[in-house]
Amino acid sequence: MSAAAPEPVFAAPWHAQAFALTVHLHARGAFSWPDWAKTFGAVLAEHGLRRDLDGGDDYFLAWVEALERICARCDLAEAAALAELKAAWIEAYLATPHGAPVHLRGT
Amino acid sequence: MPHDHSDHDDPQSLLPPDPALRVKALETLLTRKGLIDPAALDVIIDTYAHKVGPQNGAQVVARAWSDPAFLAALRENATAACAGMGFEGRQGEHLVAVENTPRTHNMVVCTLCSCYPWPLLGIPPGWYKSDAYRARAVRAPRAVLAEFGVHLPEGQTVRVWDSTAEIRYLVIPQRPEGTEGWETGALAALVTRDAMIGTGLAKAAT
Repeated sequence: MSAAAPEPVFAAPWHAQAFALTVHLHARGAFSWPDWAKTFGAVLAEHGLRRDLDGGDDYFLAWVEALERICARCDLAEAAALAELKAAWIEAYLATPHGAPVHLRGT
Repeated sequence: MPHDHSDHDDPQSLLPPDPALRVKALETLLTRKGLIDPAALDVIIDTYAHKVGPQNGAQVVARAWSDPAFLAALRENATAACAGMGFEGRQGEHLVAVENTPRTHNMVVCTLCSCYPWPLLGIPPGWYKSDAYRARAVRAPRAVLAEFGVHLPEGQTVRVWDSTAEIRYLVIPQRPEGTEGWETGALAALVTRDAMIGTGLAKAAT
């Protein structure tokens, strides 16, 4: 735990995307902020049981899981549909030459 | 990374990390349902990555140090006083300013998750979000402060404030000696992010 080195606001693009999705969904009224904090806090507590979280990748991993959980509970995004889309993205990445933009088939 | 890197023999190496794919899936589904506007996401990221940060909170502190009427307003209703300077939260939270004095040092934590006064300080640093800080700030605040190089006089009490989704705290550090009559811009330069979380002190006047 040190305050010495300056760090980027978001260490990875997906950290930033997950953060922005949450802020945007809240701004659109999809869920209340206390409900988000409660959901996120619960996931952090569950993940923290296994080992101490360092506040980096593991923090945003918990964030993504909390976002999936709150979206499922609020009927915004169903787990099955998400699993299908994730598989489609994997297929798209594997079928795209390295460095080229990746697009989902049919979009 | 060079393009002839041997990792490319393994197709899995072309894939983003698992959570990145899960975020992509969420974004795709929510966009298809018309629940989000992808362009708005870029604006949010740009705002928090480049525009909102501790420089905002430093302006508030510098003004509190030099403008008694503003300090009174900040004590009375920090949410409104900061909104008056254009720093407003979007999560419906109330802001409370806690002032350090020779008798009391204030320090902020969020034991639940990582609630933080975003409009004033931006996105919290990694250590603020770590289990180590979240668990120990309440239990052993002086030991945590010592790790940040802050050693308080015996007689100064440490008060730890636990943020929530509804209430966020801004620490008003003690004004450094020898800054009488300074412009607010010069004063703000002495106010660090850590000083406004309470894990640091304002920089000394040079």
